[in-house]
Amino acid sequence: MIPYQLVWLIMLLPLFSFIVNGLIVRPFIKPKSRVYGYITVGAIGVSAVLSIWALFSVMSASHHEIPVPDVTWMVLENGVTIHLGLILDSLTAVMLVVVTVVSLMVQIYSLGYMHGDEAGYYRYYTWMSLFTFSMLGLVLSDNLLFTFVFWEMVGLCSYLLIGFWFHRKSAADAAKKAFIVTRIGDFGFLAAILILFFNTGTFDIAALHGLVIAGTLGGTVLMWAAIGIFAGAVGKSAQFPLHVWLPDAMEGPTPVSALIHAATMVAAGVFLVARMFPLFEYSTAALTTVAIIGGFTAIFAATMGLVMNDIKRVLAYSTVSQLGYMMLGLATGGVAVGIFHLFTHAFFKALLFLGSGSVSHSTGTFDMRLMGGLRKTMPWTYATFLIGSLSLAGIWPLAGFWSKDEILISSLANQPVLFWLAMITVFLTAFYMFRAIFMTFHGEYRGGDESGDYKHTHESPLVMVGPLVLLAILAVIAGWWNVAGGFNEVMGAHGHEETRGFFGGLFGAFTHTVQGVPLPLISLLVGLFGIFSAYTIYIKKWITAESLGRVFGPLYTLVSRKYFFDELYENIIVKLALMKGLFTGFTLFDSKGIDGTVDGVSDVVISGGQAIRHAQTGQLQLYGLFIGIGVVIISLCVYFFG
Amino acid sequence: MTIGLEHYLVLSAVLFCIGLYGALTKRNAVIILMCIELMLNSVNISLVAFSSYIVPLLLTGQVFAIFVMVVAAAEVAVGLAIILAIYRGLTDIDASNINLMKW
Repeated sequence: MIPYQLVWLIMLLPLFSFIVNGLIVRPFIKPKSRVYGYITVGAIGVSAVLSIWALFSVMSASHHEIPVPDVTWMVLENGVTIHLGLILDSLTAVMLVVVTVVSLMVQIYSLGYMHGDEAGYYRYYTWMSLFTFSMLGLVLSDNLLFTFVFWEMVGLCSYLLIGFWFHRKSAADAAKKAFIVTRIGDFGFLAAILILFFNTGTFDIAALHGLVIAGTLGGTVLMWAAIGIFAGAVGKSAQFPLHVWLPDAMEGPTPVSALIHAATMVAAGVFLVARMFPLFEYSTAALTTVAIIGGFTAIFAATMGLVMNDIKRVLAYSTVSQLGYMMLGLATGGVAVGIFHLFTHAFFKALLFLGSGSVSHSTGTFDMRLMGGLRKTMPWTYATFLIGSLSLAGIWPLAGFWSKDEILISSLANQPVLFWLAMITVFLTAFYMFRAIFMTFHGEYRGGDESGDYKHTHESPLVMVGPLVLLAILAVIAGWWNVAGGFNEVMGAHGHEETRGFFGGLFGAFTHTVQGVPLPLISLLVGLFGIFSAYTIYIKKWITAESLGRVFGPLYTLVSRKYFFDELYENIIVKLALMKGLFTGFTLFDSKGIDGTVDGVSDVVISGGQAIRHAQTGQLQLYGLFIGIGVVIISLCVYFFG
Repeated sequence: MTIGLEHYLVLSAVLFCIGLYGALTKRNAVIILMCIELMLNSVNISLVAFSSYIVPLLLTGQVFAIFVMVVAAAEVAVGLAIILAIYRGLTDIDASNINLMKW
């Protein structure tokens, strides 16, 4: 059993490395020194070990929860007490492991990847530490107030790290876009917190769950609160219609994309819905909204992933799509299903991002049209990237197969229409991932960035390949946790899994039937068909991509221009509705209304003065006369009325 | 007929009104100054009358009247000096012509 002080330490160690890196050692050590990296890796490494310990403690604890004493932060006048407390249940423990392990891998990888960055090295590690701290705080916090604070802090870190190379305009713009777009969702989250506090007088998550289950909190209030929370999740997890920021966020360094925009921060939205799940469970409308948005986003983003030429953007759309899957899984199958996919996805998607970083480290570009044939010079990157892709495509027996399968099963049971979307997405996912692999690692080398020389491509150093290999191992085995229902048991979801043992489950997947259909087998075949389709087009070239583009001309344009969502937001909403409409209205109101009032008052005073100044004759005796008349009038008033 | 407080007050009021009328209507600045003296002294009468009729044992009103006379003397000095200064500038002391301070 882990002592509760160490649970605090999990969260505070990255804060410590943030303070040391950012505020203490900076004046004494050169900005490009590797010491910053070592401090961060050390702190997060210890955090990771403690997190794994915490996970094992939670697994063996009764009710899968370890109590952590609260600290009272403040008592409001009306007696409301706000605690500074941590929650350590199975959901948090799983998230802790995901965050710290992926973060550790990414930090080690960054030692090599960010090495060329002269001045930014310390800044990078400072912010990465702050991000890890905020993310851990977010998953550990036991009340909505602190959840929101950490929620905004991860958003801030995301902003800082997307704009890490702020001297590039595109990066600065992308950082701003990410921040502003997620703020739209955060507004909903904040509104939901206020609705809940107004109606219940508490921020405490466990207390809110209790009220919902007891039926005290329900009806319209609950629905709006749940939808508000989901709005926050939509922004953070880049769900439709706020998905536009995530692909642009790829302007940041690749390890940042791997950690923040694939494995952890974007999954915070999914985590939040899971954390507040009773609120959704008791509000059918909210749960249906989550399912529809998630299912739609899954296929919507996958179609855009098909046509991107930038390898990181393919992965970005893939992330959006997979987050949609998680939402669908949460809405149809409950916390265990959604979070299990989050768990496996974190490893293989971080692996894929780091792999793409490794490729660009060698070729100097992210454009897949300039790559090709790299499997010979970069065997380790190739092998790990292949494992990650197979896992993402849902190929047996890798991690993605198990988690995706559960989402498909639960959506078939609850949302048959969305099930078909999800099934098509399986095909699309396999297709775009293997399109990326074939364009990057197979065929002839097509030039790269500057040298254009094939022999300049090289395998990345051990410090980068090491994390890739470790993540690849996790991308294989992470799914096996639930083969015999172990993960569901930890998450408290007992149910459809019959006890059949590990190997029984591993091979039973082929014969497992849902409603009389061998669903796992079908999804596997669909995934393999996706890979085969990519093979025919990009390796055998039986059908060329160009001819497909011609046949589906308008459709291709629509998809490759991202369904014109950027244009819609930029031109219609921002430029037309906001700048031409609303802001022009405000400007008009300001110049005519406000300024008009101010000018009008002074005009009245000026013209009034002009009119009555002629009373000032300069004749002293006239003034005296008026004074005299005044005195008489006052005297008479006093006499008659006083 | 015995002389009462009201007789003094009527005298005072009549003198004050004459003084006020003169101060508001006369054009010659010196006469205006004299009319102001008249107003001040009419007030002195009422002060002394009040004092001797209402609080005969105290001399408050008389003392106050002497103060007024002192101030009036000072005022005449200043006033005449101003009139002299105006005369040097305008070669005229007609009050209706002294209207440089108008709009």
